[in-house]
Amino acid sequence: MNNRILDFSIKYGFLILLFGLILFFSLVTNGFASARSAAFVLQSVAITGILALGVTCTLVVDGFDLSIGAVATSALMLSAYAMVILEQSALVAVLLCLFMGALVGLINGMLIVKFRVPDLLATLGMMFLLIGLQRIPTQGNSIATGMSLGNGVVAEGTFSKAFLWIGRHRFDMFIERLLPMPVVIFLVIAVLIWLFLGFTRHGRMMYAIGSNERAAGLVGVKVNNHKIAAYMISGVTASIGGILLAARLGRGDIASGNNLLLDSVAAALIGFAVLGAARPNAFGTAIGALFVGILLQGMTMMNAPYYTQDFVKGAVLVTALVFTFYLSSRRTGARR
Amino acid sequence: MPDHALAVRRLLKSFGRNSVLKGFDLSLDYGSVTVLMGANGAGKSTLVKVLCGYHSADGGELQLAGQNYAPLNAADAIAKGVVTVHQSIDDGVIPDLDVANNLMLDRLAEPGSGFFVREGKLRREAQQVADSMGIDVDLKARVADLAVADRQMIAIARAMARKPQVLILDEPTSSLSATEANRLFALIDRLRDAGVAILYISHRMSDIRRLADRILCMRDGLISAVFEEKPLDYEAAVTAMLGHRMNEVDFTVQRGSGAVIELKDLKLTAEAKAINIAARDGEVVAVIGLLGSGKSRLAEVIYGINRAISGEMRLDGQLYKPDSVQQAVQQGVFMSPRDRGTNAVIPAFDIANNMTLPFLSAFSKGSFINAKRLRSRAREMNQQLGVVCQSETDAIGTLSGGNQQKVMIARWLMEPSRVLLLDEPFQGVDIGARRDIGKHIRASSKGRATLVFMTEIDEAIEIADRIVVMAEGSIKGEHINENIELASLISDISGTETALSGQAQ
Repeated sequence: MNNRILDFSIKYGFLILLFGLILFFSLVTNGFASARSAAFVLQSVAITGILALGVTCTLVVDGFDLSIGAVATSALMLSAYAMVILEQSALVAVLLCLFMGALVGLINGMLIVKFRVPDLLATLGMMFLLIGLQRIPTQGNSIATGMSLGNGVVAEGTFSKAFLWIGRHRFDMFIERLLPMPVVIFLVIAVLIWLFLGFTRHGRMMYAIGSNERAAGLVGVKVNNHKIAAYMISGVTASIGGILLAARLGRGDIASGNNLLLDSVAAALIGFAVLGAARPNAFGTAIGALFVGILLQGMTMMNAPYYTQDFVKGAVLVTALVFTFYLSSRRTGARR
Repeated sequence: MPDHALAVRRLLKSFGRNSVLKGFDLSLDYGSVTVLMGANGAGKSTLVKVLCGYHSADGGELQLAGQNYAPLNAADAIAKGVVTVHQSIDDGVIPDLDVANNLMLDRLAEPGSGFFVREGKLRREAQQVADSMGIDVDLKARVADLAVADRQMIAIARAMARKPQVLILDEPTSSLSATEANRLFALIDRLRDAGVAILYISHRMSDIRRLADRILCMRDGLISAVFEEKPLDYEAAVTAMLGHRMNEVDFTVQRGSGAVIELKDLKLTAEAKAINIAARDGEVVAVIGLLGSGKSRLAEVIYGINRAISGEMRLDGQLYKPDSVQQAVQQGVFMSPRDRGTNAVIPAFDIANNMTLPFLSAFSKGSFINAKRLRSRAREMNQQLGVVCQSETDAIGTLSGGNQQKVMIARWLMEPSRVLLLDEPFQGVDIGARRDIGKHIRASSKGRATLVFMTEIDEAIEIADRIVVMAEGSIKGEHINENIELASLISDISGTETALSGQAQ
């Protein structure tokens, strides 16, 4: 009996906590239980959620990608640079960013697979490299239309309407202009990664690699290719996050996106606890991101000061990790 | 002084329904080496685990120097004077520290040994320990850089620093070369002279000849024979250990039809002699040899993990040159590797997903997996091999070793193969599961050549049509498994003093 309670709480505890939170905020605050507020929560987690889904893929192959935040801000700067200074179209800017994300993922993967650099170190190095690199073309300045390029030349390009549409458009749903574009993209990517990891051959092989790389290799799984693919997925999703950020801000802001890495890694790790998976999974990651979003939104509506936010995120993460590692280990221990 | 250093009477230990030690008796005398021989699954390792405090006994009496002995855990056993050197030596050393620190580790960990390390004193004391043990290595060398034998010596030296009354050595020479083993023997001689009671577990005939004062044979959780009158009768001991099991083999030996895989002038290492051998359709060939005999290397070459130095392989007459595991699998050459824990099992997966991993494309459309079909196929294989489980969605970790191995073998029986390589398929497998697996491998052997790489002779006799003996990277002999005279096989094996000797298990 005791075991069944433990099993149940490991499996559904986090989801119950989530619904409990929603219920609580709906009761104590005015307007939390509204479509607008839901859309706002979703929008606030869309970009971190997308990055978190990418890092989930690297976690699945027992890797880690610390460079996602830097990839996202690089994409932000690159898209601004392409449109404002090089005066390119939105399409070119987006394609450039996606290509950059894939390339960074490829290099990360090669460093890890071919040069045997440990994943944390390789992606940490890449993170530094990108943070530095994105500042070089503009001498450390943010990019905006009208900025001086030296010699009296002024940047003439602008963020195109189409580009800003990606970040700012809101679809009508029940209410006019309810659902923001980034949320739609987040949900689409979440479904794609969920399908990929959970239901395809390649996803299954990635989990196999993450659990026992040697064994996977010895049954003929192309371990290196799958690992590189995981980092490329992570790179591309991070660059999508960066594009959305740029489109929302409408300028190449050098200082934005500082919290992206930590927030998205936290979301992915919180995801371990969802449904008692005890391993990285797309559904959990999406729920993890939402959990943090709902908590922060609710607290803001209850007038909690902004500076308590990181503390709350940390507390959620620690709780989730205890769920995952302590309770699940007790469960397997009890069964043995 | 009591008569025996360690006395064990009517020791019982079982795991679930599986009773391993069924009233085991053992006594160890001061200053004497007792060799314990036993086939896989006889209960040797369980006995060791009880003695060193890892398992607690279910029943029976243990006495150490006349006092009741019931170790709470491994540390308690050591504190009471029973020290064990396990098969995997790296448990006993810290690879990243140097020799001196390793030797003095227990001293450093003692409470009240001071906050600052006194480097000079530490090295002097380490030197003393090393000298007293006859260890002649640079004390500043990192243990990870040392040879296996040296690491083993250090593990033993550390154990000896505890001044044990009883020393248990569990197959200590299994990864040593002949010269390395000799140094270990010299050390054991010194310890015997110092009055330590030694329990030496091995079935390498050369070790036993060299060391034994007494031989105990263990079968099915009981002592099956004791040899203490000199000269010790080694061959009788081997027979007592293997017992009547030889008679239980009942199949007709297959000669096989056409050759499926042929190895021509294949050289595994520069010094090894070339290998020329063919395995035929429908035939089960056992390749037996020690660790380091090159048998695993040969399996890896055929499976595309390693490359041979020279020579060629032919698969169905065509040149066969796999560059990778993928290419081997594509051409119908499958391998179930040894050490399933490290090399085969995916711990995060359930039975069905573990089993189907190599052939996922057979269960998927585009890239999407048809989970229903995958599970029903796994269920079928479970029934065929008699995997004991609740359902095919059980986590692999909930299965016993034998059942896990059945799943690992089933993995490669799912699709037809041309060549099936099984590297130590009976490692860590109980006798029941081993019979099931053996039967199934023989029953399904039509249409492919099966090569089984193993160490134990009795296992080979149980499963193979032909037995090929390997040592030093080349083939030393070949026997058709028909009326093999046990005596001649054993003398064949225990006779040569080189690596193969003592493989007679």
